[in-house]
Amino acid sequence: MSVAFSDTARGEFELLLTRYPDKGAVILPALYLAQREFGHVSDEAIVYVAGLLGVSPAQIEGVATFYTMYNRKPVGKYHVQICRNISCSLLGAEHLIEHVAGKLGVKPGGTTPDGKFTLSLAECLGSCGTAPVMQVNDDYYENLTEASIDAILDKLP
Amino acid sequence: METILTTHFADDGYRRIDTYRRFGGYDALRKALSMTPEAIIDEVKKANLRGRGGAGFPAGVKWGFLPKDLSRPRVLVVNADEGEPGTFKDRVIMGRGPHLLIEGIAIAAFALRVHLSYIYIRGEFVREAKVLDEAVAEAYAAGFLGKDILGSGFDLDLTVHRGAGAYICGEETSLINSLEGKRGWPRLKPPFPAAVGAFGLPTIVNNVETLADVPWIVTHGGEKFASIGVEKNGGTRLIGVSGAVNRPGVYELPAGTNLKEIIYTHAGGMRDGKALKAVIPGGSSTPVLRPDEIDVAYDIESMAKIGTMAGSGGVIVIPEGTCMVRALSVLMNFYAHESCGQCTPCREGTGWLKKIVGRIEAGKGRAGDVELILDLCDNMMGRTICPLADAAVMPAQSFIWKFREEFDRHIGEQKCPYGNRF
Repeated sequence: MSVAFSDTARGEFELLLTRYPDKGAVILPALYLAQREFGHVSDEAIVYVAGLLGVSPAQIEGVATFYTMYNRKPVGKYHVQICRNISCSLLGAEHLIEHVAGKLGVKPGGTTPDGKFTLSLAECLGSCGTAPVMQVNDDYYENLTEASIDAILDKLP
Repeated sequence: METILTTHFADDGYRRIDTYRRFGGYDALRKALSMTPEAIIDEVKKANLRGRGGAGFPAGVKWGFLPKDLSRPRVLVVNADEGEPGTFKDRVIMGRGPHLLIEGIAIAAFALRVHLSYIYIRGEFVREAKVLDEAVAEAYAAGFLGKDILGSGFDLDLTVHRGAGAYICGEETSLINSLEGKRGWPRLKPPFPAAVGAFGLPTIVNNVETLADVPWIVTHGGEKFASIGVEKNGGTRLIGVSGAVNRPGVYELPAGTNLKEIIYTHAGGMRDGKALKAVIPGGSSTPVLRPDEIDVAYDIESMAKIGTMAGSGGVIVIPEGTCMVRALSVLMNFYAHESCGQCTPCREGTGWLKKIVGRIEAGKGRAGDVELILDLCDNMMGRTICPLADAAVMPAQSFIWKFREEFDRHIGEQKCPYGNRF
């Protein structure tokens, strides 16, 4: 099944091409566009991006798989990523991870059966002064407690 | 006390160009454009501005590595990949004072005769990337970026480029490969980026905070900046204090401020009245300190003298009651996860460190495991293309050297005395 960018994404892609002396530099931003457009970086998305840039799908796949933020498989509507690194751990991240796993009924890496939440463990998110921290899609939530996480997750539509 | 960067950070409007200009923003750029590039570089050298990303290399000296020959275009890349655990200062600059960075970039680019620049920001900082994008658009509209900046004839393009989740991309040659759309594998040096960098062009890579200091240096002069810090480390530092303190956060303090004072005065002392057990002083890679070692000036040279580093300014405070084996295990999981896999000593070594520290913590440590870890460390340190292996080794060695009894106890009792919990 082939895929294609919307006109909006196509326009963004064309603009990106003007910002770099080499079109290879557009690979990372184009993969973000693909992820936004298609939900995740599927095999079809990789073939499509490769076609746009005139490079092999293998090259694009090699890049996409190096980075953690390109989801090669579908994730839930909300991707809940809880930091487990040192500053967050010192302030209780391990307990929060257990709490969220119990609440959602999934292990880290898993997605709830309704497709609403994927739970992942993240390495340092660079927000250690407001630990413990989690990222849900594009947003950070800081100074977390079990109660505040419950409130945040329960409020998501 | 005088602050250089954070003076107006409490003002939410400061991220917009109008407010920034009301506080004198972009006046330094105007002044710089009336100076010669050499005079600007001279001020930065006089300022003793040391790179704020971790290595602490003198910025003016780094700038001097660009080839004299101007036949090839040059590139300025901002390292905004802030990924060192315990470090969270550049996020604050980008989120609250994006124009400080943009003005610093414009001045540095003029000084370095660069017309093409990129901010490589870690992918997770979606919101900060958006703030930067808006600020860049404002700066273009106001004539501080783009063609013929302020009628000077100087052109500069600036693009915000998002990384995609890889700690290694904070290493400058990995960052360059990533910017070019490749896997973030570090490159062998030489050639150094100043000779062959992004897109094969001479390239300077500077940290966010380093460049954000530049407008102040141009306005007030290098000597004034140097006078704020200590002899070889001018200016202030944004120090991020995290962990078990009452007031975690980013504090702008003169380089050379006492580390004990940073923790007990500025960050409000120990949370819940707990005793201090250890401090990781400059991001997770830097050798750990015991409480009797923290009465020290927090600057590059003083920290080096006691065998550790001020690094990226991330002070991680560990309280009594923390299992040091478990803490090290968290760090070893991280480095094993983030090793790019290119060099065998790092790819295999970080995996082994994770496994061995993990089994000691799990109560399955074997006699000789501690020696095995130290032996592995000797076979990793300095034997790889980039310093990621060293970054894993430094905590591993220092945790063992300074908290050896905890490792021995785990192995002897075949369990974690702390119950496998933080």
